[in-house]
Amino acid sequence: MSLRKAACRFGLAAPLVIGLALLFAGQRNVRANQQEKPAAGAEVKIDNFSFGPQTLTIAAGTTVTWTNRDDIPHTVVSTDGAFKSKVLDTDENFFYTFTKAGTYPYFCSIHPKMTAKVVVQ
Amino acid sequence: MTEQKAKDEIVYDHNRDGINRRGFLKCMAWAGTGAFCVIQGGVLKSYSLSRISEVAAEEMKGELSFVQISDSHMGFNKPANPDVAGTLRAAVDKINALATPPEFLLHTGDISHLSKPEEFDTVDQILKGARAKDVVFVPGEHDVLNDDGKQYLERYGKEAKGAGWYSFDKKGVHFIGLVNVLNLKAGGLGTLGHEQLEWLEDDVKHLQTSTPIIVFAHIPLWSVYPEWGWGTEDSGQALAYLKRFGSVTVLNGHIHQTMQKIEGNVTFHTAASTAFPQPQPGKADSPGPMKVPAEQLRSLLGITDVNYVRGKHALAVVDSSLG
Repeated sequence: MSLRKAACRFGLAAPLVIGLALLFAGQRNVRANQQEKPAAGAEVKIDNFSFGPQTLTIAAGTTVTWTNRDDIPHTVVSTDGAFKSKVLDTDENFFYTFTKAGTYPYFCSIHPKMTAKVVVQ
Repeated sequence: MTEQKAKDEIVYDHNRDGINRRGFLKCMAWAGTGAFCVIQGGVLKSYSLSRISEVAAEEMKGELSFVQISDSHMGFNKPANPDVAGTLRAAVDKINALATPPEFLLHTGDISHLSKPEEFDTVDQILKGARAKDVVFVPGEHDVLNDDGKQYLERYGKEAKGAGWYSFDKKGVHFIGLVNVLNLKAGGLGTLGHEQLEWLEDDVKHLQTSTPIIVFAHIPLWSVYPEWGWGTEDSGQALAYLKRFGSVTVLNGHIHQTMQKIEGNVTFHTAASTAFPQPQPGKADSPGPMKVPAEQLRSLLGITDVNYVRGKHALAVVDSSLG
């Protein structure tokens, strides 16, 4: 429990730490910081009308970044209402920090055939 | 009748619905390059645009003429069309050059690319250049981003019901504009929804079965290619309410290419975009914009001219490309 709490706290604090690092410490520390975060799968790419990876498994506290690589706008909308992005034009991002374990299915509300999920452990 | 013309007509009609697979594919093969399909007595006759001069004069005279435009995507600025304002202006020029001036324009949605006020403003401004002053709209999914269509309703749907659906009559033809781009469910297709379907049932209840019906909506009301979301979940219910009518024409956009299908008394037709072409169903990894050489672009964009001749079974629907 305490571990999970710590992970959670780290996740929330991470953007602040990175921000401070950028301001005061330069590129090197940023890289060091990113290595401490769960390295794999904190990013989802939207390409060719699909989310990749289709299933993203992360630790609680991880911030996921979605980037739209298509020429057409998309959205990232949780099926059960947990999160909802504004429309993302080409190369625009959406961030969401997952604090609780569970499975989070989501879709593009403009092209609802585009579905995927995030599994938080 | 020339030999070529005979070949262009549908010979096999197993379902007695006026269309066979070969004929349908033939219509599809002309997608974007311009096809001319006329329905007489429930039989589809189709000709390539190069032959239109032979039939146009006779077929195109009627009581009611209007032009459908679609998917202007104002704000889109990527390959293959960095100038969607320019191609919309070209569409207006094309409309103004028609032999039979249309009474009004019908825009089947995706007016804007990102629902930005300035995108709608630009389209309104360009369409003012058309000689037909009245424009009726239905929203596309790109027109209702971020606000569930509030801005769209304020601009184009003040007199409409619900999320923007409405009907009106012109020269004996009953027009019905439907909205199928809101409240889309994960994994699903376009949706009309219960409230709109109830309204539709009531709207057509008192009409005579001889009344010609024109239904228009953004996403196709027939299953074009569900894998890409090119269809509407509950369109079957809507069409059931229209079953008793002798002539129903369904006009859609969304798929950025022309297609036509006939089922009984219902003719389905999709219009080209004025902005960018999309691939034929399943012919690419995704339905994203087709990148084509600049000199080809305008041949894949277009407008649709619709003519109604009183007493004839159905409407003449003519697609023509912008270049």
